[in-house]
Amino acid sequence: MMNPKAVNELVLQYLAGNLTCKEVTDLVTDFLEGRLTFMERVRFQMHLGLCLDCRAYLSQIKQTIRTLGKLPAEPIPPEVEEELLRRFRNWKRR
Amino acid sequence: MREQTEPAGPRAFKDDRRLVEALRSGDEAAFASLLTRYHASLLRLAMAFVPSRAVAEEVVQEIWLGVLQGISGFEGRSSLKTWIFQILTNRAKSRGAREYRSVPFSQLENPGSSPEKPAVDSAWFMSDGHWVNHPQRWDEDTPEKLLLSKEARLYIEKAIESLPPNQRKVITFRDVEGLSSEEVCNILELSETNQRVLLHRARSSVRRALERYLDGKIDRT
Repeated sequence: MMNPKAVNELVLQYLAGNLTCKEVTDLVTDFLEGRLTFMERVRFQMHLGLCLDCRAYLSQIKQTIRTLGKLPAEPIPPEVEEELLRRFRNWKRR
Repeated sequence: MREQTEPAGPRAFKDDRRLVEALRSGDEAAFASLLTRYHASLLRLAMAFVPSRAVAEEVVQEIWLGVLQGISGFEGRSSLKTWIFQILTNRAKSRGAREYRSVPFSQLENPGSSPEKPAVDSAWFMSDGHWVNHPQRWDEDTPEKLLLSKEARLYIEKAIESLPPNQRKVITFRDVEGLSSEEVCNILELSETNQRVLLHRARSSVRRALERYLDGKIDRT
Protein backbone atom coordinates (compact mmCIF):
# COMPACT_ATOMS: atom_id res chain seq x y z
CA MET A 1 0.00 0.00 0.00
CA MET A 2 1.23 3.53 -0.77
CA ASN A 3 1.90 5.83 2.14
CA PRO A 4 -0.40 8.87 2.50
CA LYS A 5 2.34 11.30 1.55
CA ALA A 6 2.93 9.57 -1.77
CA VAL A 7 -0.80 9.52 -2.42
CA ASN A 8 -0.97 13.25 -1.69
CA GLU A 9 1.83 13.92 -4.12
CA LEU A 10 0.18 11.87 -6.81
CA VAL A 11 -3.06 13.79 -6.29
CA LEU A 12 -1.15 17.08 -6.45
CA GLN A 13 0.61 16.09 -9.62
CA TYR A 14 -2.64 14.87 -11.12
CA LEU A 15 -4.47 18.09 -10.36
CA ALA A 16 -1.65 20.39 -11.43
CA GLY A 17 -0.75 18.26 -14.42
CA ASN A 18 -4.31 18.60 -15.62
CA LEU A 19 -3.69 22.12 -16.85
CA THR A 20 -0.80 23.23 -19.01
CA CYS A 21 0.67 26.73 -18.85
CA LYS A 22 -0.98 27.45 -22.17
CA GLU A 23 -4.36 26.45 -20.78
CA VAL A 24 -3.78 28.64 -17.74
CA THR A 25 -3.22 31.67 -19.99
CA ASP A 26 -6.44 30.80 -21.85
CA LEU A 27 -8.42 30.64 -18.60
CA VAL A 28 -6.98 33.70 -16.92
CA THR A 29 -9.88 36.04 -17.73
CA ASP A 30 -12.48 33.43 -16.77
CA PHE A 31 -10.59 33.08 -13.48
CA LEU A 32 -10.50 36.83 -12.82
CA GLU A 33 -14.17 37.17 -13.81
CA GLY A 34 -15.13 34.39 -11.41
CA ARG A 35 -16.40 32.22 -14.24
CA LEU A 36 -14.51 28.99 -13.57
CA THR A 37 -16.31 25.98 -12.10
CA PHE A 38 -15.18 24.86 -8.67
CA MET A 39 -12.98 22.08 -10.06
CA GLU A 40 -11.49 24.35 -12.76
CA ARG A 41 -10.66 26.89 -10.09
CA VAL A 42 -8.99 24.24 -7.93
CA ARG A 43 -6.90 23.04 -10.88
CA PHE A 44 -6.08 26.60 -11.88
CA GLN A 45 -4.89 27.48 -8.40
CA MET A 46 -3.02 24.20 -8.02
CA HIS A 47 -1.15 24.99 -11.20
CA LEU A 48 -0.38 28.51 -9.99
CA GLY A 49 0.85 27.13 -6.70
CA LEU A 50 3.43 25.05 -8.53
CA CYS A 51 4.30 27.28 -11.49
CA LEU A 52 6.31 30.44 -11.02
CA ASP A 53 5.91 31.44 -14.69
CA CYS A 54 2.14 31.33 -14.62
CA ARG A 55 2.10 33.27 -11.37
CA ALA A 56 4.19 35.92 -13.10
CA TYR A 57 1.82 35.86 -16.07
CA LEU A 58 -1.27 36.32 -13.90
CA SER A 59 0.45 39.17 -12.09
CA GLN A 60 1.28 40.79 -15.45
CA ILE A 61 -2.37 40.58 -16.50
CA LYS A 62 -3.46 42.14 -13.21
CA GLN A 63 -0.93 44.92 -13.63
CA THR A 64 -2.11 45.47 -17.20
CA ILE A 65 -5.65 45.95 -15.90
CA ARG A 66 -4.39 48.30 -13.19
CA THR A 67 -2.41 50.30 -15.75
CA LEU A 68 -5.48 50.72 -17.95
CA GLY A 69 -7.56 51.81 -14.97
CA LYS A 70 -5.07 54.55 -14.17
CA LEU A 71 -4.67 55.81 -17.72
CA PRO A 72 -5.22 59.56 -17.37
CA ALA A 73 -7.88 61.23 -19.48
CA GLU A 74 -6.98 64.38 -21.31
CA PRO A 75 -8.75 67.43 -19.88
CA ILE A 76 -11.56 69.02 -21.85
CA PRO A 77 -10.15 71.84 -24.04
CA PRO A 78 -11.27 75.25 -22.69
CA GLU A 79 -12.85 76.33 -25.99
CA VAL A 80 -14.92 73.14 -26.17
CA GLU A 81 -16.03 73.59 -22.58
CA GLU A 82 -16.95 77.22 -23.23
CA GLU A 83 -18.99 76.26 -26.31
CA LEU A 84 -20.86 73.54 -24.40
CA LEU A 85 -21.58 75.86 -21.48
CA ARG A 86 -22.89 78.42 -23.96
CA ARG A 87 -25.25 75.79 -25.34
CA PHE A 88 -26.28 74.90 -21.82
CA ARG A 89 -27.25 78.53 -21.18
CA ASN A 90 -29.27 78.55 -24.42
CA TRP A 91 -30.94 75.29 -23.46
CA LYS A 92 -31.78 76.72 -20.06
CA ARG A 93 -33.50 79.73 -21.57
CA ARG A 94 -35.90 77.57 -23.53
CA MET B 1 -7.65 44.82 -9.08
CA ARG B 2 -9.78 47.90 -9.25
CA GLU B 3 -13.39 48.03 -8.21
CA GLN B 4 -15.38 46.90 -11.21
CA THR B 5 -18.80 48.10 -10.23
CA GLU B 6 -20.20 51.55 -9.86
CA PRO B 7 -21.33 52.24 -6.33
CA ALA B 8 -24.92 51.35 -7.13
CA GLY B 9 -27.64 51.74 -4.55
CA PRO B 10 -28.70 54.59 -2.33
CA ARG B 11 -25.48 56.59 -2.29
CA ALA B 12 -24.98 56.75 -6.06
CA PHE B 13 -28.64 57.51 -6.49
CA LYS B 14 -28.50 60.34 -4.01
CA ASP B 15 -25.48 61.94 -5.73
CA ASP B 16 -26.97 61.41 -9.19
CA ARG B 17 -30.32 62.73 -8.04
CA ARG B 18 -28.81 65.89 -6.67
CA LEU B 19 -26.87 66.40 -9.88
CA VAL B 20 -29.90 65.71 -12.06
CA GLU B 21 -32.04 68.13 -10.07
CA ALA B 22 -29.37 70.80 -10.39
CA LEU B 23 -29.17 70.23 -14.15
CA ARG B 24 -32.93 70.43 -14.56
CA SER B 25 -33.01 73.69 -12.67
CA GLY B 26 -30.34 75.05 -15.03
CA ASP B 27 -27.38 75.02 -12.64
CA GLU B 28 -24.37 75.72 -14.87
CA ALA B 29 -21.88 74.47 -12.27
CA ALA B 30 -23.61 71.09 -12.30
CA PHE B 31 -23.22 70.85 -16.06
CA ALA B 32 -19.60 71.99 -15.83
CA SER B 33 -18.89 69.26 -13.28
CA LEU B 34 -20.45 66.70 -15.61
CA LEU B 35 -18.24 67.92 -18.45
CA THR B 36 -15.15 67.64 -16.28
CA ARG B 37 -16.10 64.18 -15.16
CA TYR B 38 -17.16 62.57 -18.42
CA HIS B 39 -16.06 64.54 -21.48
CA ALA B 40 -12.68 62.85 -21.88
CA SER B 41 -14.17 59.40 -21.25
CA LEU B 42 -16.86 60.02 -23.83
CA LEU B 43 -14.29 61.13 -26.37
CA ARG B 44 -12.18 58.05 -25.72
CA LEU B 45 -15.20 55.78 -26.05
CA ALA B 46 -16.58 57.57 -29.12
CA MET B 47 -13.24 57.06 -30.85
CA ALA B 48 -13.79 53.31 -30.56
CA PHE B 49 -16.92 53.65 -32.70
CA VAL B 50 -16.00 56.12 -35.41
CA PRO B 51 -13.04 56.32 -37.78
CA SER B 52 -11.55 59.67 -36.78
CA ARG B 53 -11.03 61.94 -33.84
CA ALA B 54 -12.78 64.81 -35.60
CA VAL B 55 -15.95 62.73 -35.99
CA ALA B 56 -15.64 61.53 -32.38
CA GLU B 57 -15.50 65.14 -31.19
CA GLU B 58 -18.68 65.93 -33.11
CA VAL B 59 -20.36 62.85 -31.66
CA VAL B 60 -19.46 63.90 -28.12
CA GLN B 61 -20.97 67.35 -28.69
CA GLU B 62 -24.15 65.62 -29.90
CA ILE B 63 -24.12 63.42 -26.80
CA TRP B 64 -24.05 66.44 -24.51
CA LEU B 65 -27.00 67.93 -26.34
CA GLY B 66 -28.71 64.54 -26.05
CA VAL B 67 -28.06 64.60 -22.30
CA LEU B 68 -29.70 68.02 -22.00
CA GLN B 69 -32.66 66.95 -24.12
CA GLY B 70 -33.14 63.75 -22.17
CA ILE B 71 -32.39 64.86 -18.62
CA SER B 72 -36.01 65.69 -17.80
CA GLY B 73 -36.91 62.08 -18.58
CA PHE B 74 -34.04 60.52 -16.59
CA GLU B 75 -35.63 58.22 -14.02
CA GLY B 76 -32.57 57.00 -12.16
CA ARG B 77 -33.12 53.35 -13.10
CA SER B 78 -29.43 53.14 -13.97
CA SER B 79 -26.62 55.36 -12.75
CA LEU B 80 -26.26 58.69 -14.54
CA LYS B 81 -22.93 57.46 -15.89
CA THR B 82 -24.46 54.35 -17.48
CA TRP B 83 -27.29 56.46 -18.87
CA ILE B 84 -24.84 58.89 -20.49
CA PHE B 85 -22.76 56.02 -21.86
CA GLN B 86 -25.94 54.53 -23.28
CA ILE B 87 -26.63 57.77 -25.15
CA LEU B 88 -23.07 57.63 -26.40
CA THR B 89 -23.46 54.11 -27.72
CA ASN B 90 -26.69 54.93 -29.53
CA ARG B 91 -25.28 58.05 -31.18
CA ALA B 92 -21.85 56.64 -31.88
CA LYS B 93 -23.25 53.43 -33.32
CA SER B 94 -25.48 55.13 -35.87
CA ARG B 95 -22.74 57.61 -36.68
CA GLY B 96 -20.16 54.84 -36.90
CA ALA B 97 -22.37 52.79 -39.22
CA ARG B 98 -22.70 55.80 -41.51
CA GLU B 99 -19.00 56.68 -41.46
CA TYR B 100 -17.80 53.13 -41.94
CA ARG B 101 -20.02 52.50 -44.96
CA SER B 102 -17.34 54.03 -47.16
CA VAL B 103 -14.45 52.22 -45.47
CA PRO B 104 -13.29 48.94 -47.03
CA PHE B 105 -14.30 45.96 -44.89
CA SER B 106 -10.69 44.84 -44.44
CA GLN B 107 -10.00 47.99 -42.44
CA LEU B 108 -12.84 47.36 -40.01
CA GLU B 109 -11.42 44.35 -38.23
CA ASN B 110 -7.72 43.89 -37.79
CA PRO B 111 -7.02 40.81 -39.92
CA GLY B 112 -4.35 39.76 -37.46
CA SER B 113 -7.01 39.11 -34.86
CA SER B 114 -9.40 36.71 -36.53
CA PRO B 115 -11.46 34.66 -34.09
CA GLU B 116 -9.48 31.50 -34.83
CA LYS B 117 -6.23 33.00 -33.65
CA PRO B 118 -5.57 32.24 -29.98
CA ALA B 119 -5.35 35.23 -27.66
CA VAL B 120 -1.93 34.06 -26.52
CA ASP B 121 0.52 33.04 -29.21
CA SER B 122 1.02 29.25 -29.34
CA ALA B 123 4.65 29.83 -30.28
CA TRP B 124 5.27 30.86 -26.67
CA PHE B 125 4.66 27.29 -25.55
CA MET B 126 6.37 23.99 -26.07
CA SER B 127 4.39 21.10 -27.48
CA ASP B 128 3.57 19.97 -23.94
CA GLY B 129 2.00 23.37 -23.21
CA HIS B 130 4.80 24.76 -21.03
CA TRP B 131 6.38 28.17 -21.48
CA VAL B 132 9.23 28.61 -23.96
CA ASN B 133 9.97 32.18 -22.91
CA HIS B 134 9.34 32.59 -19.24
CA PRO B 135 7.21 35.62 -18.31
CA GLN B 136 9.13 38.14 -16.27
CA ARG B 137 7.91 39.28 -12.92
CA TRP B 138 7.11 42.99 -13.21
CA ASP B 139 7.72 45.31 -10.26
CA GLU B 140 4.63 45.94 -8.19
CA ASP B 141 4.61 49.64 -9.13
CA THR B 142 4.94 49.01 -12.87
CA PRO B 143 1.62 50.72 -13.76
CA GLU B 144 2.52 53.86 -11.81
CA LYS B 145 6.03 53.99 -13.24
CA LEU B 146 4.82 53.42 -16.78
CA LEU B 147 2.16 56.11 -16.61
CA LEU B 148 4.64 58.75 -15.47
CA SER B 149 6.07 58.70 -18.97
CA LYS B 150 4.17 60.46 -21.72
CA GLU B 151 5.80 58.19 -24.26
CA ALA B 152 4.48 55.13 -22.42
CA ARG B 153 0.99 56.64 -22.13
CA LEU B 154 0.86 57.28 -25.86
CA TYR B 155 2.16 53.79 -26.52
CA ILE B 156 -0.61 52.27 -24.39
CA GLU B 157 -3.27 54.43 -26.05
CA LYS B 158 -1.96 53.22 -29.40
CA ALA B 159 -2.03 49.60 -28.27
CA ILE B 160 -5.73 50.04 -27.41
CA GLU B 161 -6.46 51.88 -30.66
CA SER B 162 -4.94 49.11 -32.73
CA LEU B 163 -7.27 46.46 -31.29
CA PRO B 164 -10.20 45.26 -33.41
CA PRO B 165 -13.18 47.61 -32.76
CA ASN B 166 -15.21 45.32 -30.47
CA GLN B 167 -12.23 44.40 -28.34
CA ARG B 168 -11.33 48.06 -28.11
CA LYS B 169 -14.82 48.98 -26.96
CA VAL B 170 -14.98 46.26 -24.34
CA ILE B 171 -11.54 46.92 -22.83
CA THR B 172 -12.16 50.67 -22.82
CA PHE B 173 -15.50 50.35 -21.04
CA ARG B 174 -14.32 47.63 -18.65
CA ASP B 175 -10.71 48.33 -17.77
CA VAL B 176 -10.17 52.00 -18.65
CA GLU B 177 -13.56 53.35 -17.53
CA GLY B 178 -14.22 50.70 -14.90
CA LEU B 179 -17.74 49.64 -15.84
CA SER B 180 -19.01 46.26 -14.67
CA SER B 181 -19.40 43.32 -17.00
CA GLU B 182 -23.18 43.59 -16.68
CA GLU B 183 -23.19 47.28 -17.64
CA VAL B 184 -20.95 46.65 -20.63
CA CYS B 185 -23.12 43.77 -21.85
CA ASN B 186 -26.17 46.02 -21.65
CA ILE B 187 -24.57 49.03 -23.30
CA LEU B 188 -22.91 47.10 -26.11
CA GLU B 189 -25.68 44.49 -26.41
CA LEU B 190 -23.27 41.59 -25.99
CA SER B 191 -23.78 38.25 -24.31
CA GLU B 192 -21.73 37.78 -21.15
CA THR B 193 -19.64 35.07 -22.83
CA ASN B 194 -18.97 37.16 -25.89
CA GLN B 195 -17.97 40.12 -23.75
CA ARG B 196 -15.59 37.94 -21.76
CA VAL B 197 -13.95 36.50 -24.90
CA LEU B 198 -13.41 40.01 -26.31
CA LEU B 199 -12.04 41.22 -22.97
CA HIS B 200 -9.70 38.25 -22.78
CA ARG B 201 -8.28 38.86 -26.24
CA ALA B 202 -7.94 42.57 -25.65
CA ARG B 203 -6.19 42.17 -22.30
CA SER B 204 -3.85 39.55 -23.72
CA SER B 205 -2.86 41.88 -26.56
CA VAL B 206 -2.34 44.88 -24.31
CA ARG B 207 -0.30 42.78 -21.85
CA ARG B 208 1.84 41.68 -24.79
CA ALA B 209 2.29 45.29 -25.86
CA LEU B 210 3.34 46.31 -22.35
CA GLU B 211 5.76 43.40 -22.21
CA ARG B 212 7.36 44.54 -25.45
CA TYR B 213 7.58 48.07 -24.16
CA LEU B 214 9.12 47.02 -20.87
CA ASP B 215 11.58 44.74 -22.65
CA GLY B 216 12.65 47.71 -24.73
CA LYS B 217 11.75 45.82 -27.88
CA ILE B 218 9.78 48.58 -29.47
CA ASP B 219 10.99 51.40 -31.58
CA ARG B 220 10.93 54.37 -29.19
CA THR B 221 10.65 57.27 -31.52
